[in-house]
Amino acid sequence: MFQNRTFWIAISILFVGPLLLLTLFLIPYLFFGNPFLPHATSNVFFDFSRIWTLVLVSLVCAGVLGCTLRARLGGYVYVRPIAGLKAIEDAVGRATEMGRPILFVPGIMDLNELQTVAGLSVLSSVAKEAAAYENSVHVPTSRSLVMTAAREVVQAACIDAGKPDVYQEDSIRYVTDEQFAYVAEVCGWTQREKPAACFYMGQFFAESLLLAENGNSVGAIQVAGTAESSQLPFFVAACDYTLLGEELFAASAYLSGEPQQLGSLQGQDLGKGLAVAMLLAGCLLATLMQFESLGPFPKQAHDVLTKQILGRD
Amino acid sequence: MFKRQIPIAIAMLTGFIMVAAHFSPRLEGIGGLVESWFLVLAAMAMVLGGVNLCMHHLTLITNLKPGWAYSAITLTGFLVTLLVGLIKLGVPLSEQYPKHPWANSYEESPGAIWWLYEYIIQPSTSTMFALLSFFVASAAFRAFRAKTTEAALLLGTALIVLLGRSYAGTVLSAPLGDTYSFASLTDFVIMSVINTSGQRAIVIGIALGVAATSLRILLGMDRSYLGADE
Repeated sequence: MFQNRTFWIAISILFVGPLLLLTLFLIPYLFFGNPFLPHATSNVFFDFSRIWTLVLVSLVCAGVLGCTLRARLGGYVYVRPIAGLKAIEDAVGRATEMGRPILFVPGIMDLNELQTVAGLSVLSSVAKEAAAYENSVHVPTSRSLVMTAAREVVQAACIDAGKPDVYQEDSIRYVTDEQFAYVAEVCGWTQREKPAACFYMGQFFAESLLLAENGNSVGAIQVAGTAESSQLPFFVAACDYTLLGEELFAASAYLSGEPQQLGSLQGQDLGKGLAVAMLLAGCLLATLMQFESLGPFPKQAHDVLTKQILGRD
Repeated sequence: MFKRQIPIAIAMLTGFIMVAAHFSPRLEGIGGLVESWFLVLAAMAMVLGGVNLCMHHLTLITNLKPGWAYSAITLTGFLVTLLVGLIKLGVPLSEQYPKHPWANSYEESPGAIWWLYEYIIQPSTSTMFALLSFFVASAAFRAFRAKTTEAALLLGTALIVLLGRSYAGTVLSAPLGDTYSFASLTDFVIMSVINTSGQRAIVIGIALGVAATSLRILLGMDRSYLGADE
């Protein structure tokens, strides 16, 4: 592999190229400010009011990178089974047996939303599974950029599954940017075509229940995932399986099965440990503050934790 | 050949610049610049979306597939809206630039786009949104069947919240006083303590998930959203 010229060109583009570009762009910006904003005259290189954000982000990132490295070196990684992701194969198999299509909705937001990207990662697995069964996935999108990306993802999945002929470009199409017009089209299609498996992965708002209840009314197996906490109860009520918040982001790593990606999930747990430690420290300090005999220290420490570290007023 | 590598390099570069911009006032405004680039990309892709929409519905109409009439309505609506928007049909003269008949915004009242929005899009949207109440009822009916302990707990909590948010609850719990009323139980126990703690746990998990996923994407570990390499 190290003798391969293509490998070294790829490495250069992946690592050295961005670093050089970063240096070329970032250094003039840092020294002379933003040339596109004449009024930006700040001489400050670093905003020290955000130092704690940097520390916390660095700790979480270090945890994720450390665990990824450990997994790459062969360390054991345990990831708890996620029922919703395990159900993908059953749902796709059932749809194929029944001779009915599969519906995948990647949310209603654009590609700049991380939830949409996470949704497309799940689409890759669903499409691969469907291609293996020679079934197609219907993907209506509410953003044209998402349509373009989804087409690439599904095509790649079909090639990976060894069934490039299964790919149908027409099954991935743009509907409309308008929220409820999109819902009307998807619900209409659901009622006409009666899909046997419906997947809702991405960012959803008021349309979540409309889509999920429609899928339920045609008797489809439904798997949903979103990080919009206000929509989670609707999906829980109407779908068979729901990926709650972080599970949507973990889905891509979980489904890939690659050790380094699974390792990053373990790194997330270290971040959770940090959050729990801070919560406990906050509870303890808030309790100790009530005892005047302990002096001003608990209050001072509590203020540092809440106002400086967490940035709350 | 580098169908995956080049997008990863762009994502990596842009991502790290955006992270640096959050911490350095020197990079102020660069986030807005990147967002502008995204808008330009999205606008270009919009043409692709419009063409896809027309091609899809034209195919359905020409093949007389079941439901082709819906496609005809969609296509007519799309073309009419596009046309009246482009020629600014019915848009009054701008007060600021009265000598330039095309200066006013296409959305101005009583223009054709304004009329279409006010009398077609708005009522249709409201109708779809109103359907939500029926779906909430049917979903709640299924979710609140006390088949398991968890479902029974959910049903009990939902009943208390319903009573706490309605006048019936106020009347029923009047003899118990304000402290033990359904409204107080809902606001100070269920919503402030149980619900908030659950929500915060989910939000913390989401924040960590976002950080880890961003890192995986920025470092090119997660490439599943990029498509094939060939």
